Amino acid sequence: MESVFGLVGKDFAIVAADTSAVHSILVHKTNEDKIMLLDSHKLMGASGETGDRAQFTEYIQKNVALYQFRNGIPLTTAAAANYTRGELATALRKNPYQVNIILAGYDKEIGPSIYYIDYIASCHKLDKAAFGYGSYFALAMMDRHYRRDMTIEEAIELVDKCIIEIRSRLVVAPPNFIIKIVDKDGAREYAWRQSIKDSPVPAA
Amino acid sequence: MARYDRAITVFSPDGHLFQVEYALEAVRKGNAAVGVRGSDTIVLAVEKKSTPKLQDSRSVRKIVNLDDHIALACAGLKADARVLINRARIECQSHRLTIEDPVTVEYITRYIAGLQQKYTQSGGVRPFGLSTLIIGFDPHTGTPSLYQTDPSGTFSAWKANATGRNSNSIREFLEKNYKETSGQETLKLAIRALLEVVESGGKNIEVAVMTKEHGLKQLEEAEIDAIVAEIEAEKAAAEAAKKGPSTKET
Repeated sequence: MESVFGLVGKDFAIVAADTSAVHSILVHKTNEDKIMLLDSHKLMGASGETGDRAQFTEYIQKNVALYQFRNGIPLTTAAAANYTRGELATALRKNPYQVNIILAGYDKEIGPSIYYIDYIASCHKLDKAAFGYGSYFALAMMDRHYRRDMTIEEAIELVDKCIIEIRSRLVVAPPNFIIKIVDKDGAREYAWRQSIKDSPVPAA
Repeated sequence: MARYDRAITVFSPDGHLFQVEYALEAVRKGNAAVGVRGSDTIVLAVEKKSTPKLQDSRSVRKIVNLDDHIALACAGLKADARVLINRARIECQSHRLTIEDPVTVEYITRYIAGLQQKYTQSGGVRPFGLSTLIIGFDPHTGTPSLYQTDPSGTFSAWKANATGRNSNSIREFLEKNYKETSGQETLKLAIRALLEVVESGGKNIEVAVMTKEHGLKQLEEAEIDAIVAEIEAEKAAAEAAKKGPSTKET
């Protein structure tokens, strides 16, 4: 089952997500990137129904870009989070999106922040958040070890602890994870944690 | 003739759509705008009519970007421009969402021209009173393009063009002086063309340069002043060379 979790550090925010794409009992691929770059300083990690996830996150990304062109300045993380929640809420009583989102962003005046937005459109600003069966383990780990103002090394250590816990304790644990970070220099990929690598295809 | 311009869906007996022609008149009254295409740079320069002292000039941007790689300048009714620009910006993102590719310059030009044409063939509406100059780089091949649209909904690609006030004189100048340029030379050509009809000085023109690497860059007043000074110096030198070859011999 899919896991997404994130936490806020000293002047950065981290989001980690598993990279499995599953349909019933079949694993389609083990390197699916579920953390989308919303704009230069925002990350959106999403889990849930595959089609809904792709459709909804891309839709939010394009609308965030449109806002920037129309208004000449980027959306703040809080504004983007509330916009996302609003779109989920509008669709909820008609045709709900089954997508859970962890939105991480860096604003110049405010610093890093993450928002927990679940599929029934609740939105919470948090220091640490997690979705999926993995959340039982990730949240427990983070509750135990998380401190305010962690450095990047400390935060990655905690993320790794969560990943190890998920891998060892979850019955259908996803083998690979991707970690992305957002700070004053922007949003970018930080690292992969792979326990299954795609075997190289032999040449013809 | 007066009977054939009330509802624009009506042709006149000699085949004119008068509302469209009147819209072109509105364009001719708008501020001058010039576009020049270089090999790696495209420049838009627009006349800035004197800003009232109390107005915040930063809120009056005449050259806007539609997407990371596309920009637009126009001449004519600015309120109509806001509507077209908004629709074009939405279309740029919508295209990225459905096609998963940025628009080409030709696509968005065709879209804007299509919108302008729609309003010449509908009941109870008037055409958009503006012509646009659209610049951009092809997202895949990187080739630069400059397109122009007008109220009738026609569009075509140009190496250099002008629209708005005195556009004919500017176009004449461009036809005489156009050559393949790049970088700073393209910028100077565009400003020289605009200076043919506009009072010289950084506060009377708005200039923006688009390159493949850096997208659209609006020039500061000081930068424009510097280039204008360079152009005037070159002009003065050319005049002096023409007038007195004897003074050059030592």
